[in-house]
Amino acid sequence: MHDKTIAELSRSLQSGDFSSVELTTHLLDRVESLGPQLNAFVTVTGELALEQAAKADQRRAAGDAGPLNGIPIVHKDLFCTDGVLTSCASRILDNFISPYDATVVGKLKQAGTVMLGKTNMDEFAMGSSNENSCFGPVKNPWDDTRVPGGSSGGSAAAVAARLLPGATGTDTGGSIRQPAALTGITGLKPTYGRVSRYGMVAFASSLDQAGTLTRSAEDAAMMLGAMAGFDPRDSTSAEKDVPDYRATLDDSLDGLRIGVPTEFFDDGLMPANKTAVEAAIHELEKLGAKISQIHLPNLGLSVPTYYVVAPAECSSNLSRFDGVRFGHRAEKYADLTDMYKKTRGQGFGAEVKRRIMIGTYVLSTGYYDAYYLKAQKVRQLIAADYAAAFKSVDLIAGPTTPTPAFELGAKTDDPITMYLNDIYTIGANLAGLPGMSVPCGFVDGLPVGLQIVGSHFSEARLLNVAHRYQQVTDWHTRAPEMAAGGTART
Amino acid sequence: MSLSRNEMHNIAHLARLEFAEEEVAALADDLSRIIDFVEQLSQANTDDVLPMAHPLEMVQRLRADEVTETDQHRKFQQNAASVEEDLYLVPKVLE
Amino acid sequence: MTIEWETVIGLEIHAQLATRSKIFSSSSTAYGAQPNSQANLVDLGYPGVLPVLNGEAVKMAVKFGLAVNCEIARRSVFARKNYFYPDLPKGYQISQFELPVVGRGEIHITLDDGSRKRVGITRAHLEEDAGKSLHEDFEGMSGIDLNRAGTPLLEIVSEPDMRSAAEAVAYMKGMHTLVRYLEICDGNMQEGSFRCDANVSVRPKGQQELGTRTEIKNLNSFRYVEKAINIEVERQIDVLESGGKVVQETRLYDSAKNETRTMRLKEEANDYRYFPDPDLLPLVISEEEIEAVRGTLPELPDQKRERFCSEYKLSDYDARVLTTSREMAAYFEAVVEASGGEPKVAANWVAGELSAALNQSGRDIGESKVSAAALAGLLKRIADHTISGKIAKEVFAAMWDGEGDADDIIEQRGLRQITDSAAIEKIIDEVIAANPGQLEQFRGGKDKLFGFFVGQVMKATQGKANPGQVNQLLKKKLA
Repeated sequence: MHDKTIAELSRSLQSGDFSSVELTTHLLDRVESLGPQLNAFVTVTGELALEQAAKADQRRAAGDAGPLNGIPIVHKDLFCTDGVLTSCASRILDNFISPYDATVVGKLKQAGTVMLGKTNMDEFAMGSSNENSCFGPVKNPWDDTRVPGGSSGGSAAAVAARLLPGATGTDTGGSIRQPAALTGITGLKPTYGRVSRYGMVAFASSLDQAGTLTRSAEDAAMMLGAMAGFDPRDSTSAEKDVPDYRATLDDSLDGLRIGVPTEFFDDGLMPANKTAVEAAIHELEKLGAKISQIHLPNLGLSVPTYYVVAPAECSSNLSRFDGVRFGHRAEKYADLTDMYKKTRGQGFGAEVKRRIMIGTYVLSTGYYDAYYLKAQKVRQLIAADYAAAFKSVDLIAGPTTPTPAFELGAKTDDPITMYLNDIYTIGANLAGLPGMSVPCGFVDGLPVGLQIVGSHFSEARLLNVAHRYQQVTDWHTRAPEMAAGGTART
Repeated sequence: MSLSRNEMHNIAHLARLEFAEEEVAALADDLSRIIDFVEQLSQANTDDVLPMAHPLEMVQRLRADEVTETDQHRKFQQNAASVEEDLYLVPKVLE
Repeated sequence: MTIEWETVIGLEIHAQLATRSKIFSSSSTAYGAQPNSQANLVDLGYPGVLPVLNGEAVKMAVKFGLAVNCEIARRSVFARKNYFYPDLPKGYQISQFELPVVGRGEIHITLDDGSRKRVGITRAHLEEDAGKSLHEDFEGMSGIDLNRAGTPLLEIVSEPDMRSAAEAVAYMKGMHTLVRYLEICDGNMQEGSFRCDANVSVRPKGQQELGTRTEIKNLNSFRYVEKAINIEVERQIDVLESGGKVVQETRLYDSAKNETRTMRLKEEANDYRYFPDPDLLPLVISEEEIEAVRGTLPELPDQKRERFCSEYKLSDYDARVLTTSREMAAYFEAVVEASGGEPKVAANWVAGELSAALNQSGRDIGESKVSAAALAGLLKRIADHTISGKIAKEVFAAMWDGEGDADDIIEQRGLRQITDSAAIEKIIDEVIAANPGQLEQFRGGKDKLFGFFVGQVMKATQGKANPGQVNQLLKKKLA
């Protein structure tokens, strides 16, 4: 049953093929046997999951079961979960029991899902390889010498390895789409403001957005439907109705205008990746889409823009971790300032500290205009590029990443090489646009992702395109070898 | 450009971060390279461009002035390193 | 040669807005609760929480802006002011920096000599208050109470228009009166609801350029504002006259020693790294919203004062005293209306006897033990000559002590004025008969002794004789 998608599980649960308790028990066994190889989990909440599953079964018996009732999922360890460790994979929060649920967690609970645990990630979502975790790196299920991508690496690995049918993630510069591409699953980053940020520990507030990691576009539609919506606790949440994303999955792609930015097919893109992505775009053309070339002239500046804006916001967002009200506090210190410095020096990992330093620098007197203000202006230019493109096309398509999954440790010595991994994904975050990564082939046995980006609040269209593509291809159904391991009860 | 030791010290102090002596050289090098990298932004012509702080053109929503919270300080303070008489304790604050 | 120095003062007033809930969370703002019982997840800066702006705080800021003829920003922005301090849970304070909600305006204040002065308002912006550090000994630790964290503040920044400590106090009093009129701040200075920082500098008289200023932090009484500024001005002049330079810095006023001293720097290099708060969107206020707030503006202190002068024919001084607070003015008007008598008499009683009693018992006029209706009842008895003004003070004291209304007390104590001429004449005769020596001297030309006879008559009647009649009848008898 672990091979089934959420949509399939939903039907099986409804028709009584098995109960949520049976499904949960089975997946918990897999999490226990296969999880450690991947290091995908920070916390497994077995008991809680079985309780929730039993309740879900009771609701179904009472005729009160929605489509997600009894479906096991996991949350990235950046979402606050009431009574459960919420560490952000950081030593500074390794004792933090959240006293409340994030809105996303609450909504998915409300929809009847069963939480199996919390997944590993790059510390505070800062990273592209999941190597920046205080709990150690996550491994790619397709090749355990390689990274799963980041920062939602644990969620991606767990879903790719068929430990769970779906997981939440967050995407600030590609942190859902990039690991989805590198692990061969479907990742959706919604429009900024579509999903509440309340209870999602902030990295860069003007870029962060919660989304889904699943094995199909249909599953993403089901999860997004439950997660999205206005939240009065989040001032940046959009007061917009949530459409029935499943209802339009099968819409025709006839006449759909897809723009392919020439800037996405630069020298940095590995030729084999390029071939796979071009084939996928051709597939969309066969489905009725009209393909044209477009330009996003300022895209080349998206990474430097991001590495000013995101660190600036993070340097401020992470000031609350001071050892006073929650989290780690250094054991020995001379005075107040020393307590702050030691607590934070010990509590944060190297990449987080680098970004806090950069962010502090670009906001400081004398540098604000040259860096922060300048980056905000370039951000406007990048957003304007997208806006101009969406006047002539409905959707933008290209690669999610320049290369397939790289080896563990390959880029840890050079932050800039690591940052450039996100060159194709960051633009959507800067402009607040929805984006998806969909499996579209393999290079040397490693998955490759096709990225599609739409205009604000066009998630229904993105899901429709991804779904139609998945109806005529089977890349998304391929499972890594290791997924066949574990206890086989199906 | 490269960050001087003094600048490093000032930024680390503003950010309240302590670094081990052996970390400092490598960190200064990383930071200098990152700053060089973002320096590319200066090439962009941004005359007459307004800074963009939010991805969506929305305005601030206002909350009704209502008290809906109940006292949960005992629960919240379970996460704190040091609490006495309902107060969070910190090393003596200098006046 | 001695230089004549000129003092230049600007104030930053922090007024806590009288909202029920905090500026960015729905915790209570009530004062004096158990430590940390009113600090919710947002106030504590918990991971993942977000601020949502209180609409009432915005309305109050607009109300203030309209009252002092300020520009109201159609679009303003919240910014983060970053610094580490234990009473600042998030490591930044949400404030407004480049684009405040209230722009330039002005207020006219009354100085002690009755003259008026214009003081420019630079801006007023919304921000959140910090918590409190308690320095009682927790074995070398400080205790942090975050109940106050997130209480809405309106920071009102003046132009450096004041030229003496007395002017600064007059300005602060004017603002204090205004914010209470507007009902946007309770003005309670002991509880810290209304406090200020003073920017002080001196320069040789006639010089255009401003001297180097120091900022005296956290002054929470009018008296301290005056003393702190005076002592700081003295210090700066001493420094300059002995050839030194004033250092731009933050100072604290020590009331016990009556001195200002350097605040040990919170950090060597204060660099607040302001930037727009990405968790909050631009605050946009429409013309209609501004007009709706304008419609709720009460009669302002200046307008009321002028009306009291013209409508009740009061002196400017009386009008000013009676309009110090809305409650005092309302009390006065209620007394005038209920007594139907001379406004001047009502004014004297409210500003005199009543105010003294309130002061002595430390009560606000809202807690007065004698209601406006009761005081009016007393004034009626003066007007209809039931009692004299002097007896009325005794009756008032009894009323204050809860012995009943004026009529009850007059009856019980038999204080009704004697107006029967025959009875008064009888007493006069007795007084004259008992004081033959004085009578002789008076008749011998010592006119001053007339007062002695009046006093004796009043004494004999325990003050109840009608003084006018006593005068009249005595003149006749002694003639």
